[in-house]
Amino acid sequence: MTGQAAAAPIFDTDELVINMGPQHPSTHGVLRVVLRLDGERVVDADVVIGYIHRGIEKLCENRDWTQIILLTDRMDYVAAATNNLGYCETVEKLMEIEVPRRARYIRTILAELQRIASHCLWLGTHAMDIGAMTVFLYAFRERELILDLFEEYCGARLTYNSMRIGGLPLDIPTGWDVKVREFCKVMDEKVPEYEELLTNNRIWLERTRDIGVISAEDAIGLGLCGPPLRGSGVYRDVRKDEPYAAYDELEFDVPLGTRGDTYDRYLIRLEEFRQSIRLIRQALDGLPEGPVMGKVPRLIKPKAGETYHAIESPKGELGYFIVSDGRATNPYRMRVRPPSFCNLQGLRPLVVGHLVADVVALIGTIDIVLGEVDR
Amino acid sequence: MLDTIVIPLLKILVLLNAVLVAVTFMTLLERKVIAWAQSRLGPMRVGPYGVLQAIADPIKLILKEDITPARADRMLFTLAPILSLVPALVVFSVVPFGGDELFYVTDINVGLLFIISVTSIGVYGIILAGWASNSKYPLLASLRASAQLISYEIAVTMTLVSVILTAGTLSMVGIVEAQQESGLWFGFVQPVAFVLVLIGGLAETNRAPFDLPEAEQELTGGFHTEYSGMRFALFFLAEYANMIVITAVVTILFWGGWLRPFPNVEALAFLDLVPGWIWFFGKMFVFLYLFIWIRATLPRYRYDQLMRLGWKVLIPIAIANIVVTGVFKVLL
Repeated sequence: MTGQAAAAPIFDTDELVINMGPQHPSTHGVLRVVLRLDGERVVDADVVIGYIHRGIEKLCENRDWTQIILLTDRMDYVAAATNNLGYCETVEKLMEIEVPRRARYIRTILAELQRIASHCLWLGTHAMDIGAMTVFLYAFRERELILDLFEEYCGARLTYNSMRIGGLPLDIPTGWDVKVREFCKVMDEKVPEYEELLTNNRIWLERTRDIGVISAEDAIGLGLCGPPLRGSGVYRDVRKDEPYAAYDELEFDVPLGTRGDTYDRYLIRLEEFRQSIRLIRQALDGLPEGPVMGKVPRLIKPKAGETYHAIESPKGELGYFIVSDGRATNPYRMRVRPPSFCNLQGLRPLVVGHLVADVVALIGTIDIVLGEVDR
Repeated sequence: MLDTIVIPLLKILVLLNAVLVAVTFMTLLERKVIAWAQSRLGPMRVGPYGVLQAIADPIKLILKEDITPARADRMLFTLAPILSLVPALVVFSVVPFGGDELFYVTDINVGLLFIISVTSIGVYGIILAGWASNSKYPLLASLRASAQLISYEIAVTMTLVSVILTAGTLSMVGIVEAQQESGLWFGFVQPVAFVLVLIGGLAETNRAPFDLPEAEQELTGGFHTEYSGMRFALFFLAEYANMIVITAVVTILFWGGWLRPFPNVEALAFLDLVPGWIWFFGKMFVFLYLFIWIRATLPRYRYDQLMRLGWKVLIPIAIANIVVTGVFKVLL
């Protein structure tokens, strides 16, 4: 069919350049991908970002240390709790504040709930991109339960502002832990339900097996992180390698892929659902008593210095680099290493050689949030 | 005069309206069934349980502004939706909804051939829509659509040959009568053909998992991206009308049309109390439901996989089926 299209006088080249986004149903926000097509095959792709750049890093230089927590919510807006966690821990590291054990446990629970919520959103949109629209609604149904839990904890459903430097603003409400346990039970039943619809589905297999294969060397070379890196069989999980919050006291496995294709990345995230549930259960069982806020000076003003601290956000390694000049009540410089941005580097090598239909599957498989890519 | 002009015209009038109303309610059924599959309620606001949604949607679409893109080919742009809807409606003229002459407009002796050839005109509507829009995504979609429809047309037509061999006639009424004579629905005689026609039918009507031409995730709506208002609705009417045609054809060819189960078993004669057309619509409904169910369940095939399935799986099986049917026909 390509030959006929090329023969038409309107398109006087052999290759068709189409613009995908920034308004396109499957680019997960305002991502723009310019595709050069040979028929339906992608010859080259140019990824254009910056449509939702709000200058968050620069804004942070003009806000005081506590106000910044609220800005971090707006980066990866589907995983605000882990953003809060990463930032608070970085400042705590800079100021050498000891966080009470109870707070670390609750933070872990929140972070893992957030991971499940973020993966639900990923699963839903990824499946929807490939045409399985029922999974989308199933996954959102469970995500809604998590949002309810967050709402009960901190009053917000999306941008939580749920942590503070030195601990947490609030202890968990009475009965909240029981509800989290109930949710874990629900999730235990629902993950097999997603699997039933997709894992052994022949169409799903054909659409994801051997699509977007990336070798371990390439994945490391491109600076991928999180599930896309582990999908290629690289053992790297900040929770294990540089434990933070309460992860060093809890047991969990890090699933690894073997082929590095879209299907492996899918399996890994599904396994992470189970591991997250396991972590939440352990954290609830071992939840210590005590305060949720450490000893923090009334005026937060770190000594002059700089620090980098990374956590494993649902999308990969989320790092904060903060410089304090020791004089002001705001950071001198703040730089975020966003996992989505780094993983997006992999899009071009992934899509070249595949078909248009695979492009949306591949945007889905690297799980990006444009708010975090552009900041 | 009365028999040759007035009565057929009246029948056509009733049929056309019935089909169009059925189509509007099909959209409601689809939304409801998919909503239930997805643990939602579906439309609930307009009328009790949202039943009037089927009326509200067309009214909304008619009232909407009808936009023609500035650089579109105006004539073809207007022609395309008509060209895709009209064939879908015309084929109903040879579909017998019951054994009595009252229930079909006409019974021509090449009925099945007529259906195959007229439905394939519909693909021009899609090609022209994509081309006349003068836009890249619709163009890609319409190229996909034409490739898909033509390859599955071949698979389905090949499969139908084996049914024709079994029935010994091309007349739609004749095929049902042949099933009555043999006392066995052709679905049991030709199970392979039934599955092939069902799969091919899904593909020909652009239904999931073969809905590539309108893959909204990749092609932002496909060949009707640039259409709005009632012209957009015409494509949808055509799609649903085609769905109804395919289910009607499957019902007639494989599941005995208006016949009751076990048409020749005397012990079940009480089933005759239920009129034939109810059997017919009941069977059709099962398949329509199946189509919707499949859409709610399966992911979408990729373009090349779809073509591979068509050419490398369905067509060889269809040809083998013809050979096997022919051999049996000669031997028995």
